[in-house]
Amino acid sequence: MNIRKAYINPYLAGVLLGLVLLSSFVIAGRGIGASGATSQALAHAYESLGLSNTYLQQQKSDGSIWQTWIIVEVIGMFLGGWLSAKLGGRYKKEVVCGENCSNKQRRILFALAGGILMGFAARLARGCTSGQALTGGALLSAGSWLFMIAVFAGAYLTILVVKREWS
Amino acid sequence: MNLPLYPYEIISSSLNLLLGLAIGVGFGFVLESGGLGDARKLVGQFLLKDMAVFKVMFTAIITAMLGLFFLSWGGWINLQLLQVSDSYLAPQLVGGLILGAGFAIAGYCPGTTVVGMASGKIDALYCFVGLFIGSWLFSVSFTWIASFYRSTHLSESHLPDVLSIQTSTLVFLLILVAVAGFALSEKLESRHE
Repeated sequence: MNIRKAYINPYLAGVLLGLVLLSSFVIAGRGIGASGATSQALAHAYESLGLSNTYLQQQKSDGSIWQTWIIVEVIGMFLGGWLSAKLGGRYKKEVVCGENCSNKQRRILFALAGGILMGFAARLARGCTSGQALTGGALLSAGSWLFMIAVFAGAYLTILVVKREWS
Repeated sequence: MNLPLYPYEIISSSLNLLLGLAIGVGFGFVLESGGLGDARKLVGQFLLKDMAVFKVMFTAIITAMLGLFFLSWGGWINLQLLQVSDSYLAPQLVGGLILGAGFAIAGYCPGTTVVGMASGKIDALYCFVGLFIGSWLFSVSFTWIASFYRSTHLSESHLPDVLSIQTSTLVFLLILVAVAGFALSEKLESRHE
């Protein structure tokens, strides 16, 4: 029952992901995203708390948070990821760490810090690996391609410093 | 055929949302199935041990790009109606570098954080909290960042126009680059077997 199945071939995963992205263009007229859900959630939370923020007000979608496409799509992502992990026998509550990792708190701190950097950066770049690199990449947007090259450059430079976290 | 459906008002906004949920399910399912919900596998890309991130991303971009190219060539889709964010070179370059740094530190990018969390990864949950904090920090410091955020805007951001080449030529060149990248990826991975 709980036998862990292997991951699918990356090229097959890529074609399937491309078809999901293409369906999104064909149906909704927009690509897929992820990080945009954070600013939408914050914008709707700010409004219901009666707080004001220039950036969030300008980003906020019309209607309620549950009528916001990116929010609904990210909830779907969570469900899809969960379903795939369960069906593949890969669902496991764990702190993912390097092979010789002894300090789980340190790993969690790194995950949190990396998340903060990405949350900030994705707003600055108007999207993340999903909304800019994949979506804008397929639409041949100049800024998206520049962004994608910068993401790989930033990651390859940083890994030189954090490499031992994963050894 | 009139595509895309929602902008042409062929489907209602509620149906569009429901299909958006399904698109999300597909997105999350595929990422997890391909192993991109696991930070060890994602970081393998930067350690040059496991090139799944590159392979999945580029195959996906090529697939969707070719799909759009042929749908538009056949006159089935109006590409003008697709939402694409404008290009702002400096903030996108800096944002990309910082996001890449965060990716190497956290072991996830924003989308794979959601999938990692969905498959039980506790570190991904913390990364997810971090995304909100980062997004909030950007919002509260917006007054100071706004001028940089709006700088270096490209009035024309369609890459074939920027490079003054035909779209079909660029599509062909990108396929060549991808194939070369795949060959290099296989070579790098075979060193670790």
